[in-house]
Amino acid sequence: MAGSDRAAPAPTAPASPAAPEAVKILIAGGFGVGKTTMVGSVSEIAPLRTEEPLTAAGLDVDDLAGIEEKRDTTVALDFGRISIGRELVLYLFGTPGQQRFWFMWNDLAIGALGAVVLVDVRRPESSFAAIDFFERRGIPFVVGVNGFHGRHPYPAEEIREALALPEHVKVLLCDARERASSRDVLIALIDQLIDAAASAAAS
Amino acid sequence: MTGGDTGGRLVRPFTLTGGRTRPSRADFTLITTVTALDPQPARAVRPQPEHLRILRLCAEPVAVAEVAARLDLPVSVVVILLSDLLEAGRITARPPHPVDRATPDLDLLQKVRDGLGRL
Ligand SMILES: Nc1nc2c(ncn2[C@@H]2O[C@H](COP(=O)(O)OP(=O)(O)O)[C@@H](O)[C@H]2O)c(=O)[nH]1
Ligand SMILES: [Mg+2]
Repeated sequence: MAGSDRAAPAPTAPASPAAPEAVKILIAGGFGVGKTTMVGSVSEIAPLRTEEPLTAAGLDVDDLAGIEEKRDTTVALDFGRISIGRELVLYLFGTPGQQRFWFMWNDLAIGALGAVVLVDVRRPESSFAAIDFFERRGIPFVVGVNGFHGRHPYPAEEIREALALPEHVKVLLCDARERASSRDVLIALIDQLIDAAASAAAS
Repeated sequence: MTGGDTGGRLVRPFTLTGGRTRPSRADFTLITTVTALDPQPARAVRPQPEHLRILRLCAEPVAVAEVAARLDLPVSVVVILLSDLLEAGRITARPPHPVDRATPDLDLLQKVRDGLGRL
């Protein structure tokens, strides 16, 4: 304790409960691959949804060309929450499926730790666009192969090859309906981030 | 000089958002955590009903996206209302944990991993 004239540490909002910091992970992939299902299976709250009118989302009028009912078009976002202790909260956002909403993906991707790209092996092409999106922007991701009806006809390595994924991208067979399975996919993403951080620090 | 005006109580909450005198909509992301001040500052002007709904929702810290979903309002609308509340000194806004891909925060990643492991 030095001088008595030292200023007290600036308290912020003294009587308010301490606010946690938030981080987010995106759950991406084609329409119907199980994004909302995965968010719901690990979230501590029933998944929430926001609907954003396209005009309010700041889209150029030209970008609306080809969208049938312009006035009524909204972009829906599903999300869930996992509290990591009192100081940290993890939010999971299911990305809007349709490619025309990619401007939303850009906003969503800012500040994300990384992403899970879900793949339905019966129609993997529906998730190609999501893989391209994260690859091009250098956003770390893992691939979760959602086995519908609990079936996994292909081993993970075969799927990695089919998707032309680099070695450091983890591929996991999962069941988006199962909490433990979805949790393990998220843990794999974090492990991949930790590995990347460690090897970056070592080089 | 230890100005009494730095002693905390007179530091208005939105100075936390970068020292500007006016908050802006850019202060809010989907996962910015908002919290109502308790007690609320004494004001002559009563908050509007929709402002009151938000204040009630963020009596405990809550993310912007969650406020929007629970009020069934677009995020863009909620952000305008939150800007009003921030400007009136009725809420605090905590930005998300910064994510810098060039220098990953190992401590943070480990915390998240441990938290997921407890699920
Ligand atoms: N049998 C089975 N059905 C699933 C699985 N994952 C999702 N579904 C179903 O597939 C449909 C689409 O899933 P949803 O999560 O809404 O997909 P999204 O469009 O990616 O959000 C829903 O009816 C789900 O109940 C799964 O692992 N197995
Ligand atoms: Mg969905």
